[in-house]
Amino acid sequence: MNDGFLALYIFMLAAFTGKEIIGRVPVILHTPLMSGSNFVHGIVLVGAMIALAHAESPLAIAIGFIGVILGAGNAAGGYVVTERMLEMFKSSKNEKKD
Amino acid sequence: MDMQTLLVTLAKASYLLAALLFILGIKRMSSPVTARTGIKWAGVGMVIATLATFAITRGHNIGWILGGIAIGVIPTWLWGRKVAMTDMPQMVALFNGMGGGSAAAIGAGELLKFSQPGAAAPAMATLALAVVGALIGAISMTGSIIAWAKLDGRMDKRFTFAGQKAVNFAVFAAAVLAGLALVFWKLDANLVVVFFVLALAFGVLMTLPIGGADMPVVISLYNAFTGLAVAFEGYAMGIEALIVAGMVVGAAGTFLTQLMAKAMNRPLSNVLFSNFGASGAGSDIAGTQKPIEAADAASLLYMADKVVIVPGYGMAVAQAQHKIWELSQALIKAGKEVRFAIHPVAGRMPGHMNVLLAEAGVPYDLIADMDEINPEFKTTDVAIVIGANDVVNPAARTDKASPIYGMPILDVVDARQTIVIKRGKGTGFAGIENALFYADNTRMLYADGKEAANQLIAELKAIEGGGGH
Repeated sequence: MNDGFLALYIFMLAAFTGKEIIGRVPVILHTPLMSGSNFVHGIVLVGAMIALAHAESPLAIAIGFIGVILGAGNAAGGYVVTERMLEMFKSSKNEKKD
Repeated sequence: MDMQTLLVTLAKASYLLAALLFILGIKRMSSPVTARTGIKWAGVGMVIATLATFAITRGHNIGWILGGIAIGVIPTWLWGRKVAMTDMPQMVALFNGMGGGSAAAIGAGELLKFSQPGAAAPAMATLALAVVGALIGAISMTGSIIAWAKLDGRMDKRFTFAGQKAVNFAVFAAAVLAGLALVFWKLDANLVVVFFVLALAFGVLMTLPIGGADMPVVISLYNAFTGLAVAFEGYAMGIEALIVAGMVVGAAGTFLTQLMAKAMNRPLSNVLFSNFGASGAGSDIAGTQKPIEAADAASLLYMADKVVIVPGYGMAVAQAQHKIWELSQALIKAGKEVRFAIHPVAGRMPGHMNVLLAEAGVPYDLIADMDEINPEFKTTDVAIVIGANDVVNPAARTDKASPIYGMPILDVVDARQTIVIKRGKGTGFAGIENALFYADNTRMLYADGKEAANQLIAELKAIEGGGGH
């Protein structure tokens, strides 16, 4: 199969997956979920690392470096705030264990 | 298979595993029971993907990479650890802006690489998606920064000037034209710079006129934008993990944005292109607001069997959620049924109020959302409204002239008795009078939220200690 079309299929299936998994989310989890999905697109860090690793000119290194800093900030910050929010969700029924 | 091929294969397999963990993680985050492990699964995926990337970059510019990660991770981690729960929305905006900026930087790097003399011409799809991803990422970055500044109170809530829409449109059109020129005409380094300046400027301009009340929708939209930008740059670079994770977030974020816009009865186009409160102020309300003292309010609560508490963002601003939970515990101990009713847009993001209540220790099974609680107001003896206004305004159901007409509301007006805890007689965020406050069975307890809760707890104790049953 042509690579471009394969990518289109991936785009399409991933889009449906995204819509499906969020479709069943209760409102009480919308904020942590937005924050959690915000963390997940921190995967951009991987792209920025690869771009920086391939950079040769000073300008390309500078741009890649900024990309890595911002991507790492997205991932780390997104994780911490999501985890903190979710840590607080407890039920009155099972206080004792998870 | 030589060493390098093996490493690349292993890295690709790790990306597949990471993508799977992201999807399962987000799915687990969709239920309160599994949510806490969901973020950990996604976190493991992120660590695996990052480590695998070290394997395939073979140490090129390793110092820069490690330095960049350290500079990116350390301050955001420390800041994220200590930021107050009320400030979460702006933190999400800020981290989202960083992701958008990172995607834009990847796009910039790709475009500069393509534009070098003697560079091989990229495939049309690769070039086009690199440009689109860069455009969306850049808009998301500066737009998120403005959203952060607004929510953090660093900037006037709204900034408008004559001809704003025309200027915004012109800048956007120019950015798109520059992008088209890059794809179809000439990959020129100067044009790349012009393209980015326009895209970054549009992110600022687009967000400036939007008011604070609409920010949740805007943050959610930019979250989706960043996801799409990441997916497109992932395509341009041929990294499947970015395509899948970015697209999942892009789709989920778009869907979430629609849910929010619907909950606020504000079509997305209204949020982005018009100003709230510009329409009429609605019909006048007959009657007066009837005040009540804390002691009398406490006896109403003492006589009640079923109490529903309706918190709004005003409660969080007054930092009253802990005291309100203390009051609820006292009521529960006295044998009352207590529930919390949350409007979908209470707080600054959907679900934000749940986070604030959870922080105060309220178990999530006492918290009901709008559809669940609305039929129950008819059998509620006392509803306590604290710091909420527009989301309980019956004008949304009855008054066609009201700017909030059609917005789904909590039917507090159906409760047998309502106590509204409020600082003064002013109107809410949208500047609209609230008929609920003038209703015959509504009493106004004028006080700061925390203070009022304290008084009610004390008065309740006094009643219990004094008379008993």
